[in-house]
Amino acid sequence: MDTPTKPVSLREHVVPVEAGEHVVAAFWLKQTLALALSDGRVLRWRDGNAESVEAHAGGLLSACSDGERLISGGDDGRVVATGADGEPAEIARDPKRRWIDAVTISASGSLAWNTGKTIHARDDKGKIRTLDAASTPQGLVFAPKGYRLALAQMNGVSLWYPNTEAKPDFLDWKGSHVDVTWSPDGRFVVSSMQENALHGWRLGEKPSHMRMTGYPAKPRSLSWSHDGLWLASSGADAAIVWPFQGEGPTGKAPRECGARHAKVTRVAFHPKALVLAVGYDDGCILMIRLTDASELLVRPALRGSGITAFAWDKLGKRLAFGAEDGAAGVLTLP
Amino acid sequence: MSDKIPVTVLTGYLGAGKTTLLNRILTEEHGKKFAVIVNEFGEAGIDGDLVVGADEEVFEMNNGCICCTVRGDLIRILDGLMKRKGKFDAIIVETTGLADPAPVAQTFFVDQDVGDATKLDAVVTVTDAKWLKDRLKDAPEAKNQIAFADVIILNKVDLVSAEELAEVEASIRAINPYAKLHKTTRCELPITELLDRNAFDLDRILDIEPDFLEAGHHHHHSEEVRSMSFTIPGDVDPEKFMPWINDISQAQGPNILRSKGILAFKDEPRRFVFQGVHMILDGDLQRDWKAEETRQSRLVFIGRDLDEGELRKGFMACAA
Repeated sequence: MDTPTKPVSLREHVVPVEAGEHVVAAFWLKQTLALALSDGRVLRWRDGNAESVEAHAGGLLSACSDGERLISGGDDGRVVATGADGEPAEIARDPKRRWIDAVTISASGSLAWNTGKTIHARDDKGKIRTLDAASTPQGLVFAPKGYRLALAQMNGVSLWYPNTEAKPDFLDWKGSHVDVTWSPDGRFVVSSMQENALHGWRLGEKPSHMRMTGYPAKPRSLSWSHDGLWLASSGADAAIVWPFQGEGPTGKAPRECGARHAKVTRVAFHPKALVLAVGYDDGCILMIRLTDASELLVRPALRGSGITAFAWDKLGKRLAFGAEDGAAGVLTLP
Repeated sequence: MSDKIPVTVLTGYLGAGKTTLLNRILTEEHGKKFAVIVNEFGEAGIDGDLVVGADEEVFEMNNGCICCTVRGDLIRILDGLMKRKGKFDAIIVETTGLADPAPVAQTFFVDQDVGDATKLDAVVTVTDAKWLKDRLKDAPEAKNQIAFADVIILNKVDLVSAEELAEVEASIRAINPYAKLHKTTRCELPITELLDRNAFDLDRILDIEPDFLEAGHHHHHSEEVRSMSFTIPGDVDPEKFMPWINDISQAQGPNILRSKGILAFKDEPRRFVFQGVHMILDGDLQRDWKAEETRQSRLVFIGRDLDEGELRKGFMACAA
């Protein structure tokens, strides 16, 4: 895998998209690409035509999608839904205008977001329940099945059933937990930490710990493979891919894909194959096949254009990307 | 390096005039745009576009360093602000009157993402000429804020007599003789005195002489928080000095609030400059010693319950 052969290029299959602002997140709403931009706009792009709508008056801080709508949280204290057509619709508004810098959505359309130390969970019927956490929750994610929410916090991750009165279960591990992800089979919860590490728990009667350390930077981007057996992460000079077969990664070495002299900032597994899109802080994008470590160049390095967002479409035919300088593009696989 | 956004930390006890100063900075004509991070429980009435409420959530790093506390909310807010680069030129972080400035300062050295995008410019402390004396007696936070400061604004000087002012100034100087001190009423002073101080920039630490001339004239040695400086009139041996300063920082880090030093290393034409906050040390070889400069090695500690005799002995033993 360390062969210094020049990767074959897919560059000519990339169509540029002019976003003009830092791309916070990218999602496909069926055939429409939606880019959440840091200035509060959502840019919609379809077959080369782009238009933008204002979702937030001010900064857009976080975004998620169920494939139908892009849900965003902003520094105007609002949660907003933007579809492939029409005007953005407000879902919630914080009277104190606190930042909403974490939003998440489940496959069935349940939503959750934060305002300070309060978590709001809104089920698919629109009923909102709140939870006051001991410390400000950062990352939020729903379980793949069922109405259960994981929240990354200080010194651990809480698992909360919003429709019950029961206190959340607390998975403790000292330190500050930033992002959180749930494995597609529901067996594992993994958080990224301030201490440049991932921490995982195998859920069960007695959750067991999994430590994944050695990152030179915070691993802020996490992506599960379609079969749920691999977890790719950013935060190093290669994509770090942990094996989650059986008992999980404890005692096993991760794969390192796409080692370059730059920091990986985003990773995104293909929805149907063991192919990983890897974006770097120098603007480069590689596509790497896990089975033989072969690399394809999607975008050459471009100074000041570090990759901030990826989105594969549902079938895995197109990969959208966004960058910190407002550059974006769509790769259509040949 | 230069495209890092400068951050000014504004501390001060309740009612000293922080809000007055903040509004002055925001409304005065200076052509700069600020993002302001205010504490949610603070005095209301800050006007501005990019004003963010913070929770002052301090947490301990899971790295075995007990005084390595950072502000988690600050990391998150700065991460959000960095997506809006170009919308502001500088950031001001206001802390509550009861806050310890150390976790704020340490955030800029401990968190890599924050350190890559921003730089701590200075800690500015607003104090109240009338009430500071009492606060120094009953509030340890007030002492910390003065000990930590790069710039001290002694406000409301119109409310005290000349004798009272001299006395309060002396008690500030006993704790921290190195900060720039401004005496004001209603925090009236040129904004340029507060911004672009580069107090944590090794390249800009030119000397560490006290800000005033009467050093050592006060007899405040009973103060629990105070400063001390040591000079070796020549070179030190880096083989001795580096392990010593690391040991001191580890062992006494919780009590050392700030440290600074400019040192002449044996056989090294460049000056070695360092500054520290608790256990976190940042040091580097800087420019050459100039021909007209005397090669000497000088250290300053500001801290709580430090053993001056022990520190002096340890440092003197590092002489080359």
